[in-house]
Order: sequence, then C-alpha cells, then structure tokens
Amino acid sequence: MRRTRRRPPAVLLAPGVLALALLVLPLLALLLRAPWSALPRLLREPAVGEALRLSLGTAAVATGLCVLLGVPLAWLLARADLPGRAVVRALVTVPLVLPPVVGGVALLLLLGRRGVVGRPLEALTGLTLPFTPAAVVLAETFVALPFLVLAVEGALRGADRRYEEVAATLGGTRWHVFRTVTLPLVAPGVAAGAVLSFARALGEFGATITFAGSFPGRTQTMPLAIYLALETDPEAAIALSLVLLLVSVAVLAGLRERWTAVR
Amino acid sequence: MTRGRTVTRRRAAAVVVVAAVAALTGCAADEPAGARLVVLAAASLTDVLPPIAEQFERTHPGTQVVLSFGGSAGLAQSVAAGAPADVLAVASPAALQVVLDSGDSVGEPVVFARNSLEIAVPTGNPGAVTGLADFARDDLDLAVCAAQVPCGAAAASAFTVARVDPRPDTLEQDVRAVLTKVRTGEVDAGLVYATDVRAAGDDVEGVTLPPAQRVPADYPAVALSGGASPDLAADLVAALLGADAQRELAAAGFLPPL
Repeated sequence: MRRTRRRPPAVLLAPGVLALALLVLPLLALLLRAPWSALPRLLREPAVGEALRLSLGTAAVATGLCVLLGVPLAWLLARADLPGRAVVRALVTVPLVLPPVVGGVALLLLLGRRGVVGRPLEALTGLTLPFTPAAVVLAETFVALPFLVLAVEGALRGADRRYEEVAATLGGTRWHVFRTVTLPLVAPGVAAGAVLSFARALGEFGATITFAGSFPGRTQTMPLAIYLALETDPEAAIALSLVLLLVSVAVLAGLRERWTAVR
Repeated sequence: MTRGRTVTRRRAAAVVVVAAVAALTGCAADEPAGARLVVLAAASLTDVLPPIAEQFERTHPGTQVVLSFGGSAGLAQSVAAGAPADVLAVASPAALQVVLDSGDSVGEPVVFARNSLEIAVPTGNPGAVTGLADFARDDLDLAVCAAQVPCGAAAASAFTVARVDPRPDTLEQDVRAVLTKVRTGEVDAGLVYATDVRAAGDDVEGVTLPPAQRVPADYPAVALSGGASPDLAADLVAALLGADAQRELAAAGFLPPL
C-alpha cells in the first residue's frame, strides 16, 4: 500500500520545518523559562485556583449551551428545507472569523445596560448581565458555538441517510428518528465539536474582557488573570500559562482519535 | 507558453517574499538617525500628549513622534522585556522601577506632571453617587483599576484614607478602560484621574473628592537606552518640562510638578 519513502523536496521541507518551529518553539520557551522551583507556591495562591475554577466552570456551561443549541441548528442546516440556508451558514460562521473583541462590543451593544435588549431587560426585571459569570458564559458561547455547529453539520452530512429513511418508513416520527437514529450516528461529531467548543471557550479573552469585565472569582478567567499578572508578576503569568497549557494538552488528548491518529 | 507563465509566477512570488522581508526587517533602517521617536505613555496621557508631540515635531524638523498608550505597569514591563522605544512616561514612579532596575533607561527620570483621583459618573449621575462611600454599595455597578496598575494602587490608598471597603464589579487594566465603562453607562461610577473626567467632556460628570482622598500621583518620564537616538529622547523628556508642554498639561487638568 505504502510507497517507498523518498526524500521530500527542500522547497517543501524548509518552510514545513520552519512552520513547525514557529508552532513549537514558543511553547518550548514557556517550559524553559517556567519558574519551576517557585511553581508549587505560585499555584497554591488562592487566586490561581479561583481563576481556574471560574474558567473550567464557565467553559463547561458554555459547552453545554453550545451542544443544547448548536446540535438543533446543525440539524436544521443539514436536514431541513431551510430558506436561505447558505446565508444562515454564513451568519453562523461570522463569529468564527470575527475578532473576539468585536464580538464583545457587539454583545455590549445588545445586552449592556444601555443595549438594545439590555435596557428594557433591566427596566423590566432589574437584571443586568455585564460583570456577571453569566456574561462570561455568554461571551464564550458566542465565540465557541460556530465550532460545534460546523462540526456537527459536517457529521450529519457525512452520515448515511438510509438509516433515517428506513426508520421513517417504519413509522418513526422525525423527532423519534432524530433521537434514536441520527443522534447516535453523529455522536462522535458532537463529541469532537464539544471538545473544540470547550477549548475555544477556555481560551476566550477579547469578548470576555469587553463584555464581562474582569473581577477575581466572578469574571476574571485564566486568560484575563494571565494578562493582568503579566503587568507586574511575569512569573505568576508563566505559572498560570503552564496550567492553561496543561489543560489544553488534556483537551488535545481528548481529540487524539480524530486529529493525531494516522489515517 | 506554459513554461513562461511558470517563470512569471515564480518571479512574482519572489517579489512578494522580498517585499515582505523588507517590510518586516527594513522599517526605519534607511531613515536618518533620530527621525522617529517612539513614546510609550500612560493611558491617562492619551489626550494631552498628541499636541505636545506636535510641538516637538515643529521645533525639531524631520522628527516624527510616534505615541502608544497603555497601562503604566504593562508598558514598563514591555520596555524591560526589550520593546523598542525611546521615551517612557508613566503614571507613577513605582511603575518605572522595573525599567530603572533592568538598566533600560538613560539618565534620571523627570517628574513632569501630577494628577489626582476623581469619581466619574455617567451624565445625570443615575446612581446618585456623592463620594467614595458609594463604592461600598452593592446595588451599584462600579469600576476601579486593578491594583497592579498605578490608578488601582492610588484607588486603594484613597479607599484606605476614606475607610471604605469597596465592592467594585470590575477591575480594569488601565484608567481609560474604567473611563470607557463609565462613558458607555455600563457602570454607575468609576474611580479615575481628574484629567480623565475632563477629557471625557459631556459624556461623564465628575464628583470631586475631599483633598485627603485625592492621592496625588507623580508622572515621571525617562529616556530609554534601547531607542535609536537617546539624545533626541532626552530632548523630548526635557521638553515635557518646557513652558509649551506645561501649558498643554495644565489645560488638560494636570497639576504642575512640585
């Protein structure tokens, strides 16, 4: 099956190696410069645990929201007779290419205290979103949702529709077929999308700091804590970065079947 | 035919690569020394430095002053980490220490202005804020600088003096971020510098503090050794104390150095 190995052409080898170096060397520097001896002390700081708990918690809730809302949207895109499907898909993709800080400004204009929806919301219920963990979750969901929708839509398109058709001819309602046939079929796609969403939510910075502000234990997630620590205590920033790197590697391990496996 | 096109494409690709490399590495290399002065400055200087820089460009023909603003602590850290800049102007002597320690400065820092704290509220003062005591109220949304930046350190001193245990909702990375939260009406009050209240014009109102709570802050500037022209940088630092610059600073609400 496999052809005999041949030396790759230098034209491809050189930029390829350079690309790999560009991706790997910064992380290597992070490990080299890590204040290993001070690490246990730095990581025991209550502020670190606080930021990590907040980050994992909000990212988990955001991922849950993504699955809850994103799977139905993906199904609509892949299976329903949606008018203007191409436009809808393009709209779903926008947050993916939009700078997150722009997303934060947009969320503020919609849900801030003077926002299009935020102002009547406060007038009616007295609730305001900015500066709450809910705002963090919302910002993270905004940036992470497209990852899930696109992953699940791809899985739905790749799934064999004959199973669903057979189930339908046997008298299953569309909801029953979706629940018992479609969902199990695309479960790996949903899982991969969820992991990607979680990773994206965990790294969210721009939309969060713009829309949710920054307060320890409430809205100051790991990336925000790292950025702030860099102002005065670079060692603490490196320690926090290591924790986030570790979590990211764990996420990658969760994806290994998909991305690191040799096909 | 085909061959010719390939060659043309290759040539085009080579031109793009060369242009990109030149753009990345060339920059100011060909310009005469001292043509470009990079000034990193505290966020609270955002509105007052541009006219001062223009004055300097007029009195030093051929010189271009490039300004970049941010949180003082972050700017000082980036200079200590090797950011290429000629002058650093920050909102507290403490923030400058890391640059003095790392040996990236030339000559002594010069205090060129002072500032004091003031409460900024959205126009109409929806939260009916009258003083620092209101920062302990849970029913208000409040913004303060993070303790790591000078305005946050000053705020902490002010709250100590006023014996107030503040309950802020967000700790911002620089004073202009606090001002923005007030301007957009997302918070009922923010603790900023008196000059920020003035710079925001009609968007915000100021609530002045009793003198003991104003926590006057010194603004030092220093020439940096990493810059292309330390002499010109020293000139700019000296110019900050000149009559023209002091007039601009006073007009923006800054106090003269002691």
